[in-house]
Amino acid sequence: MRPVFPFSAIVGQDEMKLALLLVAIDPSIGGVMVFGDRGTGKSTAVRALAGLLPSMKVVAGCRYGCDPTANGARCDECRARVARGDTMKSVTSAVPVVDLPLGATEDRLVGALDLEKALTTGEKAFEPGLLARAHRGFLYVDEVNLLEDHLVDLLLDAAATGENVVEREGVSIRHPARFVLVGSGNPEEGELRPQLLDRFGLAVDVRTPKEIATRIDVIKRRDAFDRDPDAFLAHWSKTDAKVRRSLEKAHVKLEALEVSDEVLRRAATLCTTLGTDGLRGELTLLRTSRALAAYENAGSVTLTHLRRIAPMALRHRLRRNVLDDAGSTTRVERAIAELWGDAPAAV
Amino acid sequence: MPSVMSSREEGVINPSGETMRSLDDATLVAALLALDPRGLGGVVLDHPMHEQARAFSDAVQRLLPAGAPVRRVPIGVSADRLIGGVDLAATLSTGRLVAERGVLAAADGGIVVLPMCERATVSVRTTLCEVLDSGALRVARDGIGAHHHVRVVAVLLDESVDDEAIHPALIDRVAFRIALGDAIDADEVAALIETVLAARESLADVVIDDVWLSALCQTADAFGVASMRAPLFALRCARAHAALEGRATVSHVDAEVAARLVLTPRATRLPVEPPPESANEEPPPPPPESPDSDDTPPPPEPEEEEQNAEPPTPSAIELLREAVASALPPGMLEALMARANAGSVQGRVGAEEQSVLRGRPRGARSGLPRGGARLHLLETLRAAAPWQRVRGRGLGEKTHIAIRREDFRIRRFVEKTGTTVIFLVDASGSSALQRLSEAKGAIELLLAESYARRDRVCLVAFRGVGTEVLLPPTRALARAKKVLAALPGGGGTPVATAIDIATQQALATRRDGSVPLVVVLSDGRANIARDGTPGRPGAERDALAAASAFAQFGFSSLFVDTSPRGEAVARRIADAMRARYVLLPYADANALGGLVRTARQLAEAR
Repeated sequence: MRPVFPFSAIVGQDEMKLALLLVAIDPSIGGVMVFGDRGTGKSTAVRALAGLLPSMKVVAGCRYGCDPTANGARCDECRARVARGDTMKSVTSAVPVVDLPLGATEDRLVGALDLEKALTTGEKAFEPGLLARAHRGFLYVDEVNLLEDHLVDLLLDAAATGENVVEREGVSIRHPARFVLVGSGNPEEGELRPQLLDRFGLAVDVRTPKEIATRIDVIKRRDAFDRDPDAFLAHWSKTDAKVRRSLEKAHVKLEALEVSDEVLRRAATLCTTLGTDGLRGELTLLRTSRALAAYENAGSVTLTHLRRIAPMALRHRLRRNVLDDAGSTTRVERAIAELWGDAPAAV
Repeated sequence: MPSVMSSREEGVINPSGETMRSLDDATLVAALLALDPRGLGGVVLDHPMHEQARAFSDAVQRLLPAGAPVRRVPIGVSADRLIGGVDLAATLSTGRLVAERGVLAAADGGIVVLPMCERATVSVRTTLCEVLDSGALRVARDGIGAHHHVRVVAVLLDESVDDEAIHPALIDRVAFRIALGDAIDADEVAALIETVLAARESLADVVIDDVWLSALCQTADAFGVASMRAPLFALRCARAHAALEGRATVSHVDAEVAARLVLTPRATRLPVEPPPESANEEPPPPPPESPDSDDTPPPPEPEEEEQNAEPPTPSAIELLREAVASALPPGMLEALMARANAGSVQGRVGAEEQSVLRGRPRGARSGLPRGGARLHLLETLRAAAPWQRVRGRGLGEKTHIAIRREDFRIRRFVEKTGTTVIFLVDASGSSALQRLSEAKGAIELLLAESYARRDRVCLVAFRGVGTEVLLPPTRALARAKKVLAALPGGGGTPVATAIDIATQQALATRRDGSVPLVVVLSDGRANIARDGTPGRPGAERDALAAASAFAQFGFSSLFVDTSPRGEAVARRIADAMRARYVLLPYADANALGGLVRTARQLAEAR
């Protein structure tokens, strides 16, 4: 394995990093769409996340990485084990971060008949695809706007239902496929379908850093990493470990955090003001502000949390307004300022 | 993006003080790439002749460790061959799924040559980008999941004409862009082999002072180089150059070479304010040899004297700025200045997405591979596999697979790729601005609603003697907005040339498998003939001729007459084009959008 650039060593790009951490804390927020310039470290951040995530428990020997404590979502094999009353041994495993290459074909994404087994032994075995591998983890699609339409449809379907249903070549399989979809892309190279965009919980914009000092820092760290990855990793391991502990704590804390009616009401007002369709916007606001409060070990979810995450939760849900040329981020911020006054210092 | 001018005939001074024989840029770049292939990625060769490109990749190959492969990626390469797929012969003869490495994986440790890189398809481009980023290739297709090391030098041949351009994502991932001058001297390359070998040993130990690191970052910024890959490439280039010259520390010479080779071709503007005085305590002295160069940039003469390490050096950043600016090719300075004045218009983005196959792949269905239908091997094998035992094959016997007629699966494609609406907008004369803003509004409306339909728009504007494809067929709203925002107007009316261009665009669209719809916005009052001469009679004759030429292809078209009361000549041209004629003097974007929508439905129904 090639060494992975440590997450904490990424200079700036705070919004992207925060968004990734928040969906790691609460995967039900949905995926993250990263829009941005070339060479801003989008891919680096996602791959770095893999090195940061706390490990998880999986059923020993399960090809789909089922959760031993899961109630409903189990693969057929695990369901059979439970039905037989087998003891579910569990092992520790890293949270998967799976890359979907753009040239991928359908059979590799959803899985297919294991051809070799079928030909040599005559056995009809299913060979799980990338969706299975990404279960309970992350599925990363770089340049998602260039992905073939029929693959996008498959992804959307799986992301929406949390399971993968395969009916092909006489194989009939369903297995859980709950994953956080992380996409990246440059909007100038092809628009994303609105249906797809809407499925992402959060959307962040990454820009090339403008300040010289920041740029120099980026180059220095990258260079140090390239030249001596081991030393670099060792240097940053403590900081990464700290973030990992915060993530673990936040997981636990999340359960206990209630969101007050006041915050809910405010979230709803914001969505109405901005004219976002459907309930997805409000749900995302709720979950994301809760995840942020958990991450920061706050006692309760406050308006400050809400307004901090509002741009990333809403900017991709605005209807296109041909008359308003302002960027969607500006529109969200404008609405926030109009509703709740100027930003408090805490932001 | 310009490429660096060819070599400069001056010696560089190595620590011992003697002048080393200077290398021309092509040889130098070959050596640097061979020395740090992963760090530097590759090079764009600007319109090379076949022999030149060959000689260049030969040079890199000789300087790489022995046995380095060179692989050429043909323009129409299929995904199977590029990324890797099923080895048909082996799979059929062994009865096991045998994977085959693609061109890229086979080039590991060597060189990938990509001719006509401006026409690289989306799949070629994104795959190559991934390879250059990670040094590896993940295969997830046709039953094969694999991971190959692909550590290659990419040699991209820019053979663009007119407004074709290499995709910026591709350019961003290679350090260099050069025009090849004289033939590479084979003896010189041979003499370098030892040097590169030694340099490879010492490369890891070369240190760079923060002054140079900061200066490279600042220089990149000053010249408007946004991507963070650029300063990183410059840094690696400086280090590699130092190693090549046997230095343990990056010197000003190395930094200058790096700035010139890496940053110059990426320059998008000239430094605006005088250089900050952060790098050096000395007040930035005016360069001694050019007293007038403070407010006006120095003329880009390659021969221009350079500060050759005279002991009292100017500040690091200034030195690098000078290195970048003086390597800009003639005319580039003016172009950059003009662009700075005109506001930021991004360079054209590369050729639009084109499938190698017809239509978009949509899986497989059962059927016989004939009449042009292509066999889907893998799905065929899958269909046959469960029956092998019944058919008395398979187990134990690994020679053949019994495939029957009913097993055959053929590839399915979705043929239609939507409509491409080609707007032909008259940007001449007084009403230019109004017409343009109507067209802009309509385009934005159409794009905003059309991405799900895979529709594209294209904008051709004509004014003065020129006709220009302002927006090649695109679906990207963000890009369209950017171009439209910077659209100027005024001048004469070359209707004939404009229709010619629209014909070409429509033909190209049809070749892509998309349905063209041409929408003309003009009052039809042509006053510039095809050969550029002014005068109404000649201009109108030419316009009608162009219109009938257009008519013979039978494209759907719409002629929107924008004159206040309707022009007879507009009507005549519309008739000659066999276009639907609409008088719409005060059209707003909405009305126009509605019209085009209807016309599009009609076009598709044909």
